[in-house]
Amino acid sequence: MSAVLPTTSALPGLAPARSESTWVGAWRRFRSNRVGLWSLVVVGGFALLMLLSAFGWVASDWGAERAVANAPPTFLGPAPPPVASVAVAPSGPPLDLSAVDPLAPRYREWAERAAQLATTEPTKLQTLPFGADRLGRDVLAKAVKGTQISVFVGVLAALVATLIGTVLGALGGFFGGKVGDLLEWLYNVFTAIPAILLIFAFAAVAGRGVQSVVLILGLTGWTGIYRLIRAEFLKHAVRDYVRAAEAVGASAAARIFRHILPNVSHVILVQLSILVVGFIKAEVILSYLGLGVSVDQVSWGTMLAEAQGELILGYWWQLVAATTFMAVFVTAFSLMTDAMRDALDPKLRGLE
Amino acid sequence: MLLSVDNLRVAFRLGREGGQVQRVEAVGRGERGVGFEVPENTTVALVGESGSGKSVTAMSIINLLPDNAERSGTVTFDGRDLIAASSADLRRLRGREIACVFQEPMTSLNPVFTVGQQIAEPLVRHLKLSRRAADARAEDLLNEVGLPEPRRRLRAYPHELSGGQQQRVMIAMALACGPRLLIADEPTTALDVTVQRQILELLAGLKERHRMSMLFISHDLGVVGEIADHVVVMREGLVREQGPVARIFADPQDTYTRALLACRPTLAQRRPRLMVIDDHLAGAPSAGAVVAKDPNAAIVIEASGVSKGFWMRHGIFGRTEFKAVKGASFRLRRGHTLGIVGESGSGKTTLGLALLRLHDPNGGPTGGHALFDGRDLLALSRREMLPIRRRIQVVFQNPYASLNPRFTVAQTLVEPMAIHAIGGNSEARTTRAAALLGRVGLDASALGKYPHEFSGGQRQRIAIARCLTLDPEVLVLDEAVSALDVSVQAQVLNLLKDLQDELGLAYLFISHDLAVVRFMADEVLVMKDGEIVEQAGVEEILERPRQEYTRRLIGAIPRGYVSGAASH
Repeated sequence: MSAVLPTTSALPGLAPARSESTWVGAWRRFRSNRVGLWSLVVVGGFALLMLLSAFGWVASDWGAERAVANAPPTFLGPAPPPVASVAVAPSGPPLDLSAVDPLAPRYREWAERAAQLATTEPTKLQTLPFGADRLGRDVLAKAVKGTQISVFVGVLAALVATLIGTVLGALGGFFGGKVGDLLEWLYNVFTAIPAILLIFAFAAVAGRGVQSVVLILGLTGWTGIYRLIRAEFLKHAVRDYVRAAEAVGASAAARIFRHILPNVSHVILVQLSILVVGFIKAEVILSYLGLGVSVDQVSWGTMLAEAQGELILGYWWQLVAATTFMAVFVTAFSLMTDAMRDALDPKLRGLE
Repeated sequence: MLLSVDNLRVAFRLGREGGQVQRVEAVGRGERGVGFEVPENTTVALVGESGSGKSVTAMSIINLLPDNAERSGTVTFDGRDLIAASSADLRRLRGREIACVFQEPMTSLNPVFTVGQQIAEPLVRHLKLSRRAADARAEDLLNEVGLPEPRRRLRAYPHELSGGQQQRVMIAMALACGPRLLIADEPTTALDVTVQRQILELLAGLKERHRMSMLFISHDLGVVGEIADHVVVMREGLVREQGPVARIFADPQDTYTRALLACRPTLAQRRPRLMVIDDHLAGAPSAGAVVAKDPNAAIVIEASGVSKGFWMRHGIFGRTEFKAVKGASFRLRRGHTLGIVGESGSGKTTLGLALLRLHDPNGGPTGGHALFDGRDLLALSRREMLPIRRRIQVVFQNPYASLNPRFTVAQTLVEPMAIHAIGGNSEARTTRAAALLGRVGLDASALGKYPHEFSGGQRQRIAIARCLTLDPEVLVLDEAVSALDVSVQAQVLNLLKDLQDELGLAYLFISHDLAVVRFMADEVLVMKDGEIVEQAGVEEILERPRQEYTRRLIGAIPRGYVSGAASH
């Protein structure tokens, strides 16, 4: 019986211990970068905030007019009301004007009817920790809700642009020839038009709203990643490992997606992150110009657009809230992208 | 003594792990360092395999190492201590008294400056010559390194020159300020044998004329034997043996030196197997005689008038054809090896890839016929080619580029079997992959690893195993051992021979190295400018070459010191 066993035991390779893959190695390098790790924490915090606000657990009542218009930001509560001592109340009963006032007999009736229509005027806060806008809405809640819209738009638009750019770049770089010429022509047309003009043209057609902004940015922003991915595919398509794959009979699709794509994935990932930052800023500009999200939604861009008018009157807090949120997120995201590129750069890895 | 290196140790810092600085020793092990001397007007050669620390040793002399290198020991140049020297002092020394020539001339030259500007730069900087005087001197230098029409070449950009010409320019730049020591780091490794011969002769002549010393770094004992006066053999960061070249070749004391000399295929005799370092260190006996092959074995590939051209674009619509292969005809028999030799640009690789149909179909026209099993390889459609792909496989030159870096070895080996539906399920395929790894001398634990965890020789074994997964009948070996160290090359060549004997494979062996071709091939095609200029049995080609071109190729092969004298 023991004669059978060696054949199976001689094959320890059936469950081979996999070595550290590229991604595991990249994560190990990323972890050792302190700046990258902290920026990841910050970006993670924003992502959490986005999720909470998307599910309505925070800032769902951002539209409520909680305070007086343009309530100033302070933690200390309203200043004590100034002692009003301008006009001295006259002493004695009011003058009886019923003799000369034709409406006098109806004063009582109106007073009774007014008593029936008792309105409850909500007590509006005099101050808020981060201030209020011209409608008395909490600036902090607006900024949190704005994070959700702005980051969502940035990430989704970046995904759309990356998808378009990657697929077109892969096809153009791999096949070349007629396909490549056609795609190059398309690329040239898109890059020949000034970017902001192109975005306006698309915006004029697509109208306002989150979906429109995603579509506009995605359709106009794919050119940079197309160029990079095309160059990578041009380079990799003639590498020996792709030739070897062709020699064993791998189809063109297998070579593009199974062989080359994982080898250029670090380029895609880094470009995606750069696009996210760029598109968040683009959304802000679009909304600022009134071509972005619709009026019943809030984004960092609409906040900045409102801030323009407020600033002249000395109400600076909405501007500060929106720019602080944006600056922190964009900086953290850029630093994270930088760290990611360092961790994924194949040139930093041993002999490759 | 011009240069003396004593107890030199170099380590590279590799970041921190657990608060401890990680170091890897490149030169020296533990307390033991490397020591040698370079006298005036002498050529000293550092020889060793890749990873032996020879280049790091040379670069540490003038501290051209990355920032994470740590040097210790003493390096004295003309009485000055170079380890303690400031970077400003070293900068003054570099180019003026110690000059360097590197392996890759293309990457060593700046592509945006003309050759003249690059040669004139050190003259203006170090010798304070005027622009006009520097240009005149640059022209003299180009003339001296044997570049034709030096005045016109001054205005040429590096990409307009061939590899050999670029290396001449590099040498001219190194000579510009009349250095006393020239460090040449594998200066001929990237070049053709014939060009290598010219560059070696040039270097030897210049050394005599300028009365300078040379530190010559090479992995090739054949080259070293021709140029060096004194040889230092290095292995794993330590000096194994050093002495005058005649003694090293005639009476090597160290077993490693002896093994290194023995594992090189030679033109002088034909052996059935090459000695490998481990055999030699273990004192294993040499193998028996060459077994003759059946001259009437079945013909696998019969090519007649194969030609391949590439379109060269001019402007928008214009294009002309460049013929890379012109009417090649040959027969390849089962179990035989057909060697294809020639200089780079002779069309030998193009011929191999044309048979495999690995060229871009729109790249240029193909002509002629190549019959494989009764069907014309050059006329089949893509779909018809798929079952043929299984039977003709290829191994490429660069083992670092031919494996997908994101695939584990298991993925690499299973993929071809999955495409051609060999083996029932993935488990059966993995079993087969493990068995084939064993066949090429690796163990099954390699399956889960990625290519970057293997050395060049191991990767080439994996590439061979990938071919074997499909049970091919023909293997195209495109410079398959050219990028490997001599000792590893010997192992891979032995493996290829064993596989051929065992499986009856037919090889199309493309190489520029006639010594390797002699070991492997039964018949040889000599190609020049896309044409086959000579075709004969391997013995006949080497003993009675009919073409001047073939004679030049054979004459260019480095013969080492003693073997050159003994073969006459």
